[in-house]
Amino acid sequence: MNTDLGVFGNDPWWIVVIKAIAIFVVLVLVTLFTIWWERRVVGRMQNRIGPNRVGPLGLLQSLMDGIKLALKEEIIPKSAYRAVYWLAPVISATMAFIAFAVIPFGPEVSILGVMTPLQLTDFPVSVLYVLAVASIGIYGIVLAGWSSGSTYPLLGGLRSSAQMISYELAMSMSFVAVFLYAGTMSTSGIVAAQEPIWYAIILLPSFLIYVTSMVGETNRAPFDLPEAEGELVGGFHTEYSSLKFALFFLAEYINMVTVSALATTLFLGGWRAPWPISLWEGANVGWWPLLWFLVKVQLFIFVFIWLRGTLPRLRYDQFMRFGWKVLIPVSLVWIVVVATARVIRNEFSIATEDILLWGAGLLVIVVIGGWILQWRSSRKEEQAEELAALTDDGPFDPMAGAFPVPPMPGQEFTYTSRVSQRPLAAATVTPAVTSGPSSTHLPDDDAPKESSNA
Amino acid sequence: MGLEEKLPSGVLLTTVEQVAGYARKGSLWPATFGLACCAIEMMAVGGPRYDIARFGMEVFRASPRQADLMIVAGRVSQKMAPVLRQIYDQMANPKWVLAMGVCASSGGMFNNYAILQGVDHVVPVDIYLPGCPPRPEMLIDAILKLHDEIQATKLGVNAIKAQDIQESLALTAPATLEMRGLLP
Repeated sequence: MNTDLGVFGNDPWWIVVIKAIAIFVVLVLVTLFTIWWERRVVGRMQNRIGPNRVGPLGLLQSLMDGIKLALKEEIIPKSAYRAVYWLAPVISATMAFIAFAVIPFGPEVSILGVMTPLQLTDFPVSVLYVLAVASIGIYGIVLAGWSSGSTYPLLGGLRSSAQMISYELAMSMSFVAVFLYAGTMSTSGIVAAQEPIWYAIILLPSFLIYVTSMVGETNRAPFDLPEAEGELVGGFHTEYSSLKFALFFLAEYINMVTVSALATTLFLGGWRAPWPISLWEGANVGWWPLLWFLVKVQLFIFVFIWLRGTLPRLRYDQFMRFGWKVLIPVSLVWIVVVATARVIRNEFSIATEDILLWGAGLLVIVVIGGWILQWRSSRKEEQAEELAALTDDGPFDPMAGAFPVPPMPGQEFTYTSRVSQRPLAAATVTPAVTSGPSSTHLPDDDAPKESSNA
Repeated sequence: MGLEEKLPSGVLLTTVEQVAGYARKGSLWPATFGLACCAIEMMAVGGPRYDIARFGMEVFRASPRQADLMIVAGRVSQKMAPVLRQIYDQMANPKWVLAMGVCASSGGMFNNYAILQGVDHVVPVDIYLPGCPPRPEMLIDAILKLHDEIQATKLGVNAIKAQDIQESLALTAPATLEMRGLLP
């Protein structure tokens, strides 16, 4: 694929300034909108109304949250490492912003008479740049947790970083198929390469892996373990208040927008119009693509909110097992399939789409089959273990572990009497032992009375 | 941030006061502090029937650093009192306390050695909400009254002035013992 990056880097300085400020403003506005949107949508999903008091439809809610946070007292714990404590939210927020420099918003347009692409800049490895910047953003979280000088933030920060690093692996691997297919790592090149067909369709497994791992990467439900209130209070930002907390909040939502924009760029054809609209000739020129792009990004953000309104939080070990034992192996196998398909296409002349579709089908069958086999074998093992446990234990011991227990399945309940355990009474009340359940409930004092009655 | 407290008296200060009051009442994040049966009513307020989210208050913060309002929902035992005070101290200014139910307000039915006779023994309370337990509507009413109070909060020099007026009124006010007839 021949990509032309010559259009980038020739802008006059004021165009660059306009673009940078525009990206900043758009991101802040999108964040404000997304917070409100999330609270409204989750409210609707839970049969509630959601914020509606501040501004029309409550639209100013997140702005009010921001002003209030800015007016709050700034508390820095005594045991905090002040410089790092101050630096951490700054790293988090700036890294969230600058990742957007290489995201293409649209094709070449005319701004004040200058033809320029709707993208701040681009270079041959810009997707790697996004990954690198996202990784530096994790430093903000780790440092915040460490510098707070408190236990919960430290544990939350460690958990966050472990989670984000694990899911970043799966995320990067899902990109490999796109790189192999597009032949470039520049975002504008990848968008151009998707002109015939979106990668979400022909590289469906990659797309699914990316969508899963992007939820884990942004610490969102159901993967929001670092913010599990019951376990870690607030996670890495427990000790943060006022504007510094607002910065983390901002960074979290911008990261959501960034991964959504990356998903749009790499898999949903970027700013290109979706199918029925793309029949219209003017759909992919001028300022219209900006709209398609924002709509697609909003689609992903809605999925984020939908997941949050639907799914409960995963346990940490389940989450890690899913990342390392499912997502990463599946993406490795899928990369091999894609690479093989490329070689076959280059060596023999078979349409890549056919190969990839067959490969995807095969992969799905292999994965599902594997899961079913594993499930069945694990069930058999469990049953075998249960049986073994039953046979090992021998007869039912109602006082196993020094307190009364019910019989396990397969064990027979044998009535015992505490009376018989008393050496003195045992001699006189032998019939009570076999007399049935009534004697088991009798207090010790009653036992001799019963025997005398008999 | 503290900057708003240092403004000179005048139009600027009153404008900032109004904006700050509006923002603060518009996003009053409660801290999770459910202690007993009142907490169940407090949770009901978050549900679809009463929906405290309309006021932007569904964001119950687990960390006191980010919370504005402590709803003390339930009786406070002697053992819980220092914990409650610590949570209050960990909250960042400006902060408000709502004593929910008679137990939090005055000890209620628990007139014994184990229960604090009102949470105002350990933290300053901004609004008392009677009821055993109060219905969610009553909690919303208390919150709305607190909103009005927050909106009317003064800043900087105006706050000092308002404090002085309050103090002089309190000094001249008759003691309950001296009051005659129907109490106000």
